[in-house]
This record gives sequence, structure tokens and C-alpha cells, in this order.
Amino acid sequence: MTAALPPMITTTPIATPTTATQTMQRARRARRGVKIRITVPIIIIGLYVIGAITVPVIYGFDPLRTELVDRLKPPGTTLSNGSIAFLGTDQIGQDLFAQMMMGARVSLAVGASTLIFAGLAGVTVGLLAGHFGGWMDTVLMRIADVQLAFPAILLAILLASVLGQGLTNIIIVLSIANWVVFARVTRSQVLALKNREFVEAGRALGAGHFHLIVRTLLPGCVAPILVVATVEFGHVILAEAALSFLGVGVPIGVPSLGSTIQAGTAYLTSAWWISTLPGIALAGLVLATGVLGDALRDFYDPTLRGA
Amino acid sequence: MLGFVARRLLLAVFVLWGAVTVVFVVVRLVPADPALLMAGETATPEQLAALRAEMGLDQPLIAQYLQYVGNTLTGDFGRSYTQFVPAMDLIAQVLPNTALLALLACLLAVGVSFPLGLLAALRVNRFSDRAVTTLSLTTQSLPGFWIGIVLMLVFSRQLGWLPSAGLDSPQSLILPTITLALPFIAILTRMVRSGLIEVMGEGYITTARSKGLSERTVIFPHAIRNALIPVVTLVGLEFGTLLGGAVITETVFSFPGIGRLLVFSIGVRDYATVQACVVVIAVAFVLVNLFVDLLYGFLDPRVRNSR
Repeated sequence: MTAALPPMITTTPIATPTTATQTMQRARRARRGVKIRITVPIIIIGLYVIGAITVPVIYGFDPLRTELVDRLKPPGTTLSNGSIAFLGTDQIGQDLFAQMMMGARVSLAVGASTLIFAGLAGVTVGLLAGHFGGWMDTVLMRIADVQLAFPAILLAILLASVLGQGLTNIIIVLSIANWVVFARVTRSQVLALKNREFVEAGRALGAGHFHLIVRTLLPGCVAPILVVATVEFGHVILAEAALSFLGVGVPIGVPSLGSTIQAGTAYLTSAWWISTLPGIALAGLVLATGVLGDALRDFYDPTLRGA
Repeated sequence: MLGFVARRLLLAVFVLWGAVTVVFVVVRLVPADPALLMAGETATPEQLAALRAEMGLDQPLIAQYLQYVGNTLTGDFGRSYTQFVPAMDLIAQVLPNTALLALLACLLAVGVSFPLGLLAALRVNRFSDRAVTTLSLTTQSLPGFWIGIVLMLVFSRQLGWLPSAGLDSPQSLILPTITLALPFIAILTRMVRSGLIEVMGEGYITTARSKGLSERTVIFPHAIRNALIPVVTLVGLEFGTLLGGAVITETVFSFPGIGRLLVFSIGVRDYATVQACVVVIAVAFVLVNLFVDLLYGFLDPRVRNSR
């Protein structure tokens, strides 16, 4: 086992002693790196938002229109109406690019709404549990434990199957499956903050519970919540796609990236692009949020950088 | 140690009770009448009433709940109305397949992510670290079902090397195992990496180095042992994600497991089987976490003495 180690490990010291100048240079470079890692994903997510809003309008996308002559055309084909489908067409002759951007609409809308609901609920619970402690903390966190006994996607599948298909239902389901993450992060941040001097000072000056929670503790929780929200945005989008793929997500007729991928599985041999391309579009969006989440964490907590 | 085990057991029992209750509540939210679903639209009112009595639907809700908890304890979830056999029998047929798939995926994930995480941690911010980190973040952003579809497209449809569906030969396990393991590998690699980086900064590592131990001895017994402890917990927590992933992977590959049974039962509104599947998956998850918690306490004395 030890013989399999790469030889460089024994020769390279892990922590090289550095001079102060080198340390400063490295810190400056790291800060610049973080700024790039924050800017680029935001631009990419912005492009998705713009594309999701404008492309279906430009293409005059109608999910119910069927063009049989244009079915299953490979990327780059000129269609019967003279336009070029540069990502090909699907099984009912619709332009795949327009359909993917329509799907991105669903992903972004579901992701954003879920974050708002799950975030509001989770942050409130986390603040209350952390601030009051005692029985309230015990009850709320035991509920969170029970919730965590379910793999989130399983709970989502169960709820979605019971509630039925529909955009509102997906948002409800995913909010229920995701509030715990926000609650836990907020609570642990509150626990870390509540014995600090500025909170003590607020209490000594006679601040009430509401003031302490909203004006004193909440601002200190914003950074970790923002990081979690960014990462969860990606998770929620993936979960929506998975639910739609399984057929318990968006209703029939609403194109979602997940349901487009599902529809394409029947044509894997004849039209590979229907299933594969939406997956890449989905991954690009989720990857951008993942990179952004990592970068934000490094930005707010430089001690974690590189870890 | 005994007190620690008792506390964990108590928590596990509580969480299981909560999970079972959640399933009851959620399934009772169904707007449709289960008896009507079972009997079909053509049933006479007398038949419906008889069926309701048989299923206990004419009882008060609290009696139904107690009955349900009692039945759950004995593993009786009622019979599947599509297959006319007890739901538990259906699960017993497919559960070993899922267990095998999950076990193989776990082994593959641990086997791949440990060397990768180690490599990245020992070469922080160099090329191999960047490559491993980027690759794992990208893999984490890919939808699991999409990975499965692409693998199927390449290795079974195009190259014809591996079967694309079912479970007829050991080869049928290869693609589902890889699909299920990939996201897990990504998460674990990142965890091993950051755990090791954190440990490498500890004082006792400096002590080991200043004693003049070779870098290999410093890393292997000293650093690895402590870096692995948080990773063990993570394996347990992520096991839930793995089970959720199994639902999707099994659907993609038409793999005869509990996940596919669940999705199929949702499709035909067979709520007895849905209920049974969800409870069984939740039980598996809680038991694995209980085991991991106990192992954690065994590995790290600080854990069992806290709280």
C-alpha cells in the first residue's frame, strides 16, 4: 500500500516557509481569484435568465404545436419554415434550443421560489431555535431530525405523488424538503453569535426578543445563509429535474429540462441530442451555482479558503 | 459508552416513529378515496363499503393511525391492489437487488474517492488538486439520471458492450453502479480532501514532523486516522442521498429494485406499496445512520462523552 504512493509526496514539504512578501502576494492573488470565481458564474446565471426570458418569445415557442415533417432532425438542420435548428428538433418537431430555454424558465422559477419559501421558513425556525434554546430548540430540531430521516428526494417524490403534478406543488414539495438546511445553518450561526459582546450589549440595553433576533442576530447570519442559498439553488434545480424526469414533476405540456430528457430516452438510438443536450444545459446552470457558492464561502470566510 | 448507545438508540426509535407518522399523514392527504381506487369506478356502493371496512377506512382517524403503527411494527402494510399480494412480499423480492447495488456503489465510491482526495489534499492548489476539485464539482452538478442515460447511450447503444436494462447477468450491475456512485464519489472526494487539509494544519502534525518522521509516516498513521472520522459520518448522511439516487438510477436502467417498485407504484396509485417502500427506505437510512453514529463514538471518545 505504501509502495503505491507517488514519490513526490516524500520530497515536497507541505508547508513551505514563505517570506512576508510572498504571503502578501499570494493573498492578493487569492482575493483576485475569488472575485473572478464570483463574477463569472453570476454572468453565466444571468445569461441563462436572459435566455429563459427572451428565447421562447423570439422563437414563438408553443409547447402544443406539432410539425411532423420536422421531427427528430439532427442539430444544424434547416427546417421546413426556413429556420435553422442548431440544436436539432425533438420527437414532435419542436426546436430543441427553444424548448430547453423554456425548460430553463421552469428551473429558474422553481429554484427561486423554493429558495424564498424554504429560506424564509428555515431561517425563521433557525433563529427561534437558536435564540430561545430550551424546549423550543429541542422540539424544532427533533422535527428537523425526523425530516432528515427521509432522503430529501424521497420525501419530494412521496409528497409530489400525493399532491399531483403542478408547478405550485413542486415548489411546495421542494420547500418542505429543503427548509431544514437553512434552519440548521442559521441555528448554528446564532449559537455561535449569541454569547458575543455585541449581543450581550444589546441585551444589557434592554433590547426585546424581536429586536435581538431581527436587528442583532440576523445580520450576522446573512453570509452563511447566502452561501447555503446559492448551493441549494443548484440542488433544487436538480431535484425539480429529477421529479419531472420521474413523471411526478411538471404537468404534461409544460416543458421542463427533466421531462425533455425523459421524453428523449425513447429516441436514444435515433436522436441522441434530445436527452443529452438538455442535461448539459442543466449541468452548466448547476455548476455555475456550485462555483458561485464555493467562491462566496471563500469570500466571506477566508480561513476556509482552499479547504 | 452505555449511556451514549442508549441515547442514540432512543433517538433512532423517535426518528423512526416520526418517519412512520409522516408517511401516514402524507398518504392520508390523498384527495382520492383509496377504496374507490382499489375497487374501480364500476364498484357498487355495497362493494365500496365492504372494502372500506376491510381496509379500516370507516374507523376514526386515530384508530386508523394506531392500527397502522401496529401493522408497521409487524411489517404488514396491507396488500398491493395491483398485484394482489402483500406489499411487503413485493419489497422482499427486490430489496436484495437494491442492497447489492447500494453496497457496490458505496465500495466503488470509497475506493475511488479516497486516493483522489488524498492526492488533492497533498498537492493543494497545484495542478492535480485543481483537476480533482474541478472534476468533482462538475460531477456533482450533473443530474444523476442524465449520467445514467449518457452511459447507457455510449456503452450499450453505441458500443454494445454492456446491457442497458434489467438484471440478468452480473454485467447488468456495472452501469447502474457507476451511475449511482459518481455523485457520491464527487462529494466524498471533496470531503476527504478538506478533512485532510484541516488535519494537516494541526499541532500534532507539526510535532510529528519536528520529531523527524518521514512525510509518509506523518500522513499515514497520524493524519489519515483523524481525517477519516468526519468522513465516516458523511458516508452515513450521504447514504440517504444514495438511496434517493437509487430510485432514479433504477428507473433509468429498469433495474428491479425498491426504487423502481416505488416509482411504478406511484404511477398506478398503489398506496399500500408506496407506503411500504418509503417506510423501508427510511428504516434502512435510520439504521445506517445509527450504525455510523455508534461507530463514530467508538472511533472518537470525545463524541460519546459530549452531551
